[in-house]
Amino acid sequence: MDVEDIEIQLFVRAMQLRHGYDFSDYAPASLKRRIQQLVRTHDAGTISGLTTRLLHDQDFLRKAVEGLSVPVSEMFRDPPVFRALRDKVFPVLASYAEINIWQAGCAHGQEVYSLAIMLEEAGLYDRTRIYATDFNDAALAAAAEGIYATRDARDWSRNYLEAGGKHSFSDYYSARYEFIKLDRRLRRHVTFINHNLVTDKVFCEAHLILCRNVLIYFSNALQDRTLGLFRDSLVRGGFLCLGTRENIDFSPAAAGFTDIDQAMRIYQAGGSGARPLAR
Amino acid sequence: MSTHDAVVMGCSAGGLSALQRVLPGLDRHLAVPVVLCCHTGSADVSLLVELLARVCPLPVTEAQERAPADPGVVHVAPSGYHLLVEDNFRFSLSVDARVAYARPSIDVLFETAAEAWRERLVAVLMTGANSDGANGIAAVRRAGGYAVVQEPATAEADVMPRAALELAGADACLTLDAIAAKINELCLP
Ligand SMILES: C[S@@+](CC[C@H](N)C(=O)[O-])C[C@H]1O[C@@H](n2cnc3c(N)ncnc32)[C@H](O)[C@@H]1O
Repeated sequence: MDVEDIEIQLFVRAMQLRHGYDFSDYAPASLKRRIQQLVRTHDAGTISGLTTRLLHDQDFLRKAVEGLSVPVSEMFRDPPVFRALRDKVFPVLASYAEINIWQAGCAHGQEVYSLAIMLEEAGLYDRTRIYATDFNDAALAAAAEGIYATRDARDWSRNYLEAGGKHSFSDYYSARYEFIKLDRRLRRHVTFINHNLVTDKVFCEAHLILCRNVLIYFSNALQDRTLGLFRDSLVRGGFLCLGTRENIDFSPAAAGFTDIDQAMRIYQAGGSGARPLAR
Repeated sequence: MSTHDAVVMGCSAGGLSALQRVLPGLDRHLAVPVVLCCHTGSADVSLLVELLARVCPLPVTEAQERAPADPGVVHVAPSGYHLLVEDNFRFSLSVDARVAYARPSIDVLFETAAEAWRERLVAVLMTGANSDGANGIAAVRRAGGYAVVQEPATAEADVMPRAALELAGADACLTLDAIAAKINELCLP
């Protein structure tokens, strides 16, 4: 076995034994790249150097989680997905007196605010509670702030219109030099919570779960377990939306979902079990 | 017997016409996976896939996460994601930060493919106006794989092939018209 592969296993084990964070079932190639990146960022020399700091330096855990989490996101990423949510999912949500949405892996909150804007424009937001979760506390804190770089706002403004936005994206933020700050009112029905999809359990009854570009980092086994967790968290007929390039054909738990819009990766809980398993 | 088990290719500015010159020359009996990362700037690679399928004797499809790198198929990296090859020769995706301003990044594909296929990998880097791919070529060569870089003087944009040659050199420096024959020679059964 490669020395570096041994070091990675030891690092992952240390993360688990010392801090309870379990990365053992993440897709190996990108996990390895992020651990190597951590070595460079913190000048640790080797992965074993990282492991030493993880074991003996209390403050290092937070940095390690931040380095491994990569909270990269955009507002209205893949605009047609938001359009499809509005056209195919919102009309069903509108039939509930209270709507619970779980956004898992919320990164810096871009998707939470995108969703809030769409719900507001559909007249549903005042009966909605959004639970936005991530396992990275620093990302959650940034998400609650809702401050982003002005240079991103131009792309997001185009995304917003493509997503079917009814006003102007600039109605929802105030700009100060190189930063924009989203309207605090958008946060009024959002609760930010630390939740680890690997180790934490079901925590709400959701009508819609949005978890995009998080399961791409998980092995098949962990993807399957997490889809099971989502199924158990959804009300009957509740919706699940994944990232547009995600593939659930290898997951037995996917049989618990029916396609609503395959291209947009929108599913509904309750399956015929007819989904064939890929090999 | 083929000496190599997979081909990865990378290109950027000028990449479409370069691929349209190279892919027609691939032998239809080629039984190794070909994996391609081309910066297109568009949100969707379906048009690229379609254009390449018209001229390529092998089937061309968008690479699917978790699916195996099938032999005899050209797999194209989706836009907006890094495409990685796992040790079990299956694909995975990430939306990690851009590498050298690019996502998908040629470096990410080449480096992970080099870890998976080691000395049985052929990497081909062609025209492009940035230096993505140079680290990838270096990783392929370190692992004992075979690196082909387009002759910079013949590239529509020469920054990419030049950067790779400067950093890592190459096992062969070829014109577009010679690249397919080299791939066939190294990979045909
Ligand atoms: C690439 S971001 C996705 C952001 C957003 N959903 C999007 O698609 O734009 C992935 C997020 O998942 C989070 N994440 C990764 N593993 C997790 C886990 N086990 N539990 C909770 N969140 C996790 C990361 O911290 C990161 O913020």
